Amino acid sequence: MSDEAVAPEVTAGAVDAQAAEGVAAIAGARAVDLLEDAESTYLGKQSFLANVKAAMKHLDPERRREVGAALNRARGSLEQAAATRRAELLADERRERLAAERLDLTEGLGRARVGHAHVVTQTWERLEDVFCGMGYTVADGPEVETDWFNFEALNLPRAHPARSMWDTLYLDASGLDGVEDGELVLRTHTSPVQIRTMLRAVREGWGPPIYVVCPGRVYRRDTADATHLPVFHQIEGLVIDRNISMADLSGTIEAFTKAYFGEDMTSRLRPSYFPFTEPSAEFDVSAPDGSWLELGGSGMVHPNVLRAGGLDPEEWSGFAFGFGIDRLAKIRHAVDDLREYMSNDIRFLAQF
Amino acid sequence: MKVLLSWLREFAPIEGEPEQIAAQLTELGMELESVASLGEGLDGIVVARVLDVREHPDADRIRLVDVDAGDGTSLQICCGASNMTAGDLVPLATIGTVMPGGMEIARRTMRGQESNGMLCSARELELGDDAAGILVLDDQVQPGTPITAALGIASDVVYEFDALPNRPDTLSVMGVARDLAAHQGVPFSSPVFDPDEDGRPTAELCHVEIQAPDLCGRFLGRVLSDVRVGTSPRWLAQRLVAAGMRPINNVVDVSNYVMLELGQPNHTYDRALLPDGALAVRWARDGEVVETLDGVARTLEHTDGVIVDATDRAIGIAGVMGGASTEISSTTTEVVVEAAWWDPATIAATSARHNLHSEASLRFKRGVDPDLAPLAARRVAQLLAEVSSARLHPGAAQADGDLPRRPTVRVRPERVNAVLGTSLSSDEMVALIDPIGYRSEGDGAALVVDVPPWRPDSTIEVDVIEEIGRHFGFSNLPKTVPTSPHTGELTGRQRDRRRLRHALVGAGLAEAMPMPFLAPGDLERCGLAPDGLVLANPLAAEESILRTSLLPGLVKAVAHNERHRMVGVQLFELGRVFQLGEGLISDPAASELAGRVLAGECEHLAAVMAGHDALRAVEVVELLLRSVGRWYPPGARLLDGALAEASAATVEATPLPGLHPGRSAVVSVDGLEVGHVGEIDPTVLEAHEIDERVAWVQLDLSVLLTIPATVPTARPVSRFPSSDIDLAFVVDEDVPAEELRRTLLIASTAVRPVSVELFDVFRSEQLGPGRKSLAFRLRFQEPDRTLTDGEVAAARTSIIDAVETRHDATLRA
Repeated sequence: MSDEAVAPEVTAGAVDAQAAEGVAAIAGARAVDLLEDAESTYLGKQSFLANVKAAMKHLDPERRREVGAALNRARGSLEQAAATRRAELLADERRERLAAERLDLTEGLGRARVGHAHVVTQTWERLEDVFCGMGYTVADGPEVETDWFNFEALNLPRAHPARSMWDTLYLDASGLDGVEDGELVLRTHTSPVQIRTMLRAVREGWGPPIYVVCPGRVYRRDTADATHLPVFHQIEGLVIDRNISMADLSGTIEAFTKAYFGEDMTSRLRPSYFPFTEPSAEFDVSAPDGSWLELGGSGMVHPNVLRAGGLDPEEWSGFAFGFGIDRLAKIRHAVDDLREYMSNDIRFLAQF
Repeated sequence: MKVLLSWLREFAPIEGEPEQIAAQLTELGMELESVASLGEGLDGIVVARVLDVREHPDADRIRLVDVDAGDGTSLQICCGASNMTAGDLVPLATIGTVMPGGMEIARRTMRGQESNGMLCSARELELGDDAAGILVLDDQVQPGTPITAALGIASDVVYEFDALPNRPDTLSVMGVARDLAAHQGVPFSSPVFDPDEDGRPTAELCHVEIQAPDLCGRFLGRVLSDVRVGTSPRWLAQRLVAAGMRPINNVVDVSNYVMLELGQPNHTYDRALLPDGALAVRWARDGEVVETLDGVARTLEHTDGVIVDATDRAIGIAGVMGGASTEISSTTTEVVVEAAWWDPATIAATSARHNLHSEASLRFKRGVDPDLAPLAARRVAQLLAEVSSARLHPGAAQADGDLPRRPTVRVRPERVNAVLGTSLSSDEMVALIDPIGYRSEGDGAALVVDVPPWRPDSTIEVDVIEEIGRHFGFSNLPKTVPTSPHTGELTGRQRDRRRLRHALVGAGLAEAMPMPFLAPGDLERCGLAPDGLVLANPLAAEESILRTSLLPGLVKAVAHNERHRMVGVQLFELGRVFQLGEGLISDPAASELAGRVLAGECEHLAAVMAGHDALRAVEVVELLLRSVGRWYPPGARLLDGALAEASAATVEATPLPGLHPGRSAVVSVDGLEVGHVGEIDPTVLEAHEIDERVAWVQLDLSVLLTIPATVPTARPVSRFPSSDIDLAFVVDEDVPAEELRRTLLIASTAVRPVSVELFDVFRSEQLGPGRKSLAFRLRFQEPDRTLTDGEVAAARTSIIDAVETRHDATLRA
């Protein structure tokens, strides 16, 4: 159909009618490809509107103006209808796709591969944190010790009867040059770190004052049972300063008790005996049922121990305290049998 | 130590309820193990008269006993003992009685015969040790009388506590009473024992001699005649039993009673078995043999002390145990009572060497009051006179050797307050310790304190301060908190340890804590050299070797879990190992500097990952090194893109003990060897019955953490576009991927890539045996401009050239 052929019949009304038909067809398109077909039919190069537009030049000016206006109206309404319908169809499509992607999120539960710090280490780190908060630093020492550091410097000379308080494991020195039998021990307590710390502080010139805790592994010649291990862990506290008193010891134990166990807990000192402290005291913390739970040993550092650490007991005084980390973990986490700590059974380790 | 409240009250009018007294003992340092009530649980037990004893028709060992429990009727009781006859008075536990041991008496039938209660032995009543027969009462009392009234049993309390090693005074009733009386502020009466004396003077009957004054400070003998050896009266036996000792005969019982009461061990000899009644003490001769009271022949050494008779024959080990040859017997009529003071260190050593620990050695090694011997001997005599009509001869045979000097201690009141944190006046201090025998006088500036002889532990000022503090009450001290002038924080190394641990926990590993002791063969079973340090006195052979590596413990842990069907277990441990061969740091100052004594004591971190291969182990190594800032070279400036990717760590294939020979490598940082990585040797796994592959990581923290950590320096993030190229090369199997990667990073003569990532490894028949294809993605990006295609192309060409030349590689099309 040539332009001339169309021209005489074209009216604005026909254009409007065609537009209305197109809008209806677009709005009714069921899918994006159908929408595109409709767009092509009513707006494409072969569409009625395109033909009308091409034939415009054959119309007289008045008719051309009328039909031109109708053409603009028609294109506007068709394009808007198409945009609207396209948006609707895309929204429907996304909705369906997302619906198909629906996921049961509870399937993700229980799949985490979580690791576990040992319950004794957790307790150890928490103790370090509490004491760091109180202004203490953390010191360390060897597990194979000399008799001098483990005993003699702690006011326990060779023949001291109180040495029997510790069942000591000795190293067979036969393979070691220049070492006498009985010279090397597996440290029976963390107390040798007291001496090492004093000597180091003096040499390095940063103390006294000394405020340290010494957590570490210790050894006893003991058969493992529910409440004893031959290998266990202690934390030792040492304060050396001017005019340190037993009241300071009592107050520090109390402050620690409240920081670690809670504000409603309290502590007490009871006379006891340790060769390296004088006076010596055991300390208890109050259990929730009002009874006392024995926690550890403490006391004022013995003058001979200060001397062994290179300090003058007339100038410096101090206190020391120590207790078992394993036992603390046992109490806090209701562990029945200390041997679980060294069982390395994942079913135990994974509980903490 | 067990003490009875009634006994304590013989020395001081101790006040208060049993629980209050218990709390006071605790406050004084006598940590109670138990508090037991005596004479309770005897309420339902009455005296019954035996009417008839008959055989049980169907049981050989059971007697049928008819008794009258006071109401005139006959009750049948089944009884296992047969030591009673008609007319005897015996204890009957009636139906419903709860015995001291907790058993409730019920009516029951034994082999068809009814039993309406239980006849009791002394042990069942906790009145003595005799369990063989029914207790037959000597006294004439009415049947139906409560047994407590019939036997004069008063209710009593037994306190059991662990005596502190420095408090030998608390190993006696008298010593406990003295401390408790002072605490309560009630008077303590020092006992006076004045038995009648008559007959020939002791000097004619007994001679004592000290031949070793350094062994024996005092040796005292007294003689008793007309002794009738027999059983002890019930009150005495009951007290011994309550205090935990077994009654034997009246002479031995009195001796033990006095030891418990006063704290002075003493020994009784049958004088008839002592030639001339002579006793001497000397050091033993090496190889000398003595048979002790327990029937064991013991071979002595020259550092043991012995008591000898007039023929120089050893008849006892000094301070530890008497001999069998002069033992008291039923025919003994003359007794020599010996009380001595022995050198505590000698007794401790002898008792330890012979593993012979007696009540006597316990007291002597802790230190007995040297002035106590005469008092104790008189007390023994007095009691023996009382219980066996013995006669004490006048005078004592006594010899003295070296006695410890009784110290006086200067105590500065201001020092007392400084140590305790109190503000006591010197009068208050004196008042606190005077009641426990510390006599003080002021010398103007200080108190001069005379230490009582029963307190050998008090030798210096601070010992006396402890006594002042103890009687002031530790719980009455103020509670003050001193302020640290330091910043409380962890050291870098301590923080690193935590970072490593937390990195592994984050990666899903669980921290294990294997025993650091190994059994012989453990190291070999793990493919390691059997050169562990050996313990001199292990408790068991399986715990006799110190580990040289964390490997055996962790492999055992994996095996343990597999046996319990827990597969794929991933564990780590952070702990010390002890390696031989590097010797000792024998100078204390040097060992203090190095923080160890044994040069080979190192801190290791190791991880086992069952069900994983060596590549996972390498991944974990990278994770660990990155977590503590040891991945990049120390001090590296990270501005240069290439450097940023070039780590300081290397992983070099090396066969290592215990590891899979084709899957093991040494890890180094900055040229220093810091650990091993790979898989556990399948032979080792087989030996432990482990069926999975097990990846292994081991880092020596003693080396790693001494390498300075990198402090990351920021470099600006480029705002310009990046472009990627992929390159795949075919190389020989023995060319490590990492070497290729490093070449790719740095070899460009034009721009360098900012990152090179290995994204594919491919092997095929087409490539041929021993060849592999490695595909890398290189990203180029400049900080200050957009790259041109030409620049990237130039880089590509020069990189391919370098790789092909250096690694004999072929670019895959």
